[in-house]
Amino acid sequence: MAETKMLSEFYHLDEYQTLAGYKSHGGYATLKKAFGMEPKAIIEEVKASGLRGRGGAGFPTGMKWGFLPNNGEPRYLLCNADEGEPGTFKDRLMMERAPHQLIEGMIISGYAVGSKKGYIYIRGEYMKSIRILEKALKEAYDNGYLGKNIQGSGVDFDLDLYRGAGAYICGEETGMISSLEGKKGQPKLKPPFPAVQGYLRKPTIVNNVETLAAVTYIVKDGAQAYRKFGTEKSAGTKLFSLSGNVNKPGNYEVPLGYPLKDLIQIEGGGIKGGKKLKAVIPGGSSAPVLNAEEVEKANLDYESLAGLGSMLGSGAVIVIDDSQCMVDMLGVLMHFYHHESCGQCTPCREGTGWLNKIVHSILEGRGRLQDIDLLIKVADNMKGKTICALSDAAALPVLSFVTKFRDEFEFFVREGRSKVKGTSHAEMHH
Amino acid sequence: MFKLSAEGEKEVKKELARYEARESAIIPSLFVAQKENGGHVSPEVIRELSKVMDIPESRINEVFKFYTMFNQKPVGKYHVQVCTTISCALVGGRELANHICKELGVGLDEVTPDGRYTVSRVECLGACGYAPMMQVNDDYHEHLTPESAMNILRGMK
Repeated sequence: MAETKMLSEFYHLDEYQTLAGYKSHGGYATLKKAFGMEPKAIIEEVKASGLRGRGGAGFPTGMKWGFLPNNGEPRYLLCNADEGEPGTFKDRLMMERAPHQLIEGMIISGYAVGSKKGYIYIRGEYMKSIRILEKALKEAYDNGYLGKNIQGSGVDFDLDLYRGAGAYICGEETGMISSLEGKKGQPKLKPPFPAVQGYLRKPTIVNNVETLAAVTYIVKDGAQAYRKFGTEKSAGTKLFSLSGNVNKPGNYEVPLGYPLKDLIQIEGGGIKGGKKLKAVIPGGSSAPVLNAEEVEKANLDYESLAGLGSMLGSGAVIVIDDSQCMVDMLGVLMHFYHHESCGQCTPCREGTGWLNKIVHSILEGRGRLQDIDLLIKVADNMKGKTICALSDAAALPVLSFVTKFRDEFEFFVREGRSKVKGTSHAEMHH
Repeated sequence: MFKLSAEGEKEVKKELARYEARESAIIPSLFVAQKENGGHVSPEVIRELSKVMDIPESRINEVFKFYTMFNQKPVGKYHVQVCTTISCALVGGRELANHICKELGVGLDEVTPDGRYTVSRVECLGACGYAPMMQVNDDYHEHLTPESAMNILRGMK
């Protein structure tokens, strides 16, 4: 099998970054069709397409839009470009190579949900994407694609950029709303869901970059054409960010349902340096890890990965070869979650701290055998107890790493050194 | 005493009018002020912003302390941020951070005596397929080796 480039067909062309180049490859041509449709009909089309959120949670996009109150209240469309899930770098590619593709998707989505104002909330470190988007926004305004009466259609839509300042939690939609409101990026209790009460307590739809870009293609060719890609329950194509110990890491667009091993072997060119595959984290660092046996059976769709106890998440496939120490890697992950916990819920704030401490005590040769079960116990106590999913996202890797690679943890405790590397943690990274 | 330049103040005023809520201007204004203050935010910076924005210091402070891109301590002219999260850790990100510190003769988050560099370890910057990587001020440098990273850093004017 090979890549199926729907969204990324023209990403290799530099001219695709500009308005003229984007238009010469069919860009902005779908606006006319969209504005000729009833907004409700677009929502129905998106529902029928089976499109699910591409940022990580995989929630059906049309259904999310359907939660908006049916009244004339002003509402906001917020693009989640705070790409922060470790392993994920696809939104950055999309914004750098095709800024107008995102803008067109937002105009159409804004029209569908009745929003006249959108924001792209982008992570602050993505300065290159920010510069490219700013230029594209200006081009779009100057040529009547944004603002009042877009291309004489009578449709108004304003779009602005908001630069984040470094916080993983702002990728969580209510954390993002808090941040856009000028506060700490702490998530809010749901309900009320953002569709009912979001930015400044007004109805707000938050969608990922890739999700919004896909809407244009669904409107252009129809839901049935979109459903030709992917599986019955996981429709369409998706960009997968492949990283770690492979020969050709990068972003690859394939239909959902694509075999995971093919992505690694064909697109990724196999494991680097003649080593063997040990494990794969298939959907960003929050997704439970798969061992080599499970990788053989896994397909890149929501159902297949859920069936293996993991998830598709953001589509970040992190490949781990057999020279890596899983205790060491769990230490890296726990440092991340502890650093990124926003601190408002006790199970997460304290739990991520303890998980990080316990894994590092094992890595530093101070571990006890009962600490392995303590990791599981702490992680279990963090699930489903907090305002947002970060706590669960920290707990899931722990449970999967410890369960599937328990021998490495036990060896480290007993010997004070890595079973794989043969050395202590300090010697590993001199 | 820190004072925003005339342009800086103009930019802050522009941000105050840009969004539906005035408070939304806190983050962009902190970026403006941090740059004018040479790379970090001090209590004087908060005081000045509070005055210019007419927003309480405590309100600006809580935002400042929450986000990692606002530096609480002085940094060198070049802030070298090496990603050490999982995809980078799998291909030598931590070793790269150690190497750069050793070559520059500084510990993490310290400023070199000549004021040129600060090296920090940071969490995932979204360059996982081009690892290992570092961000120097606004720019990403990817596909690094210890040697290429040092060449880039030493070549900075």
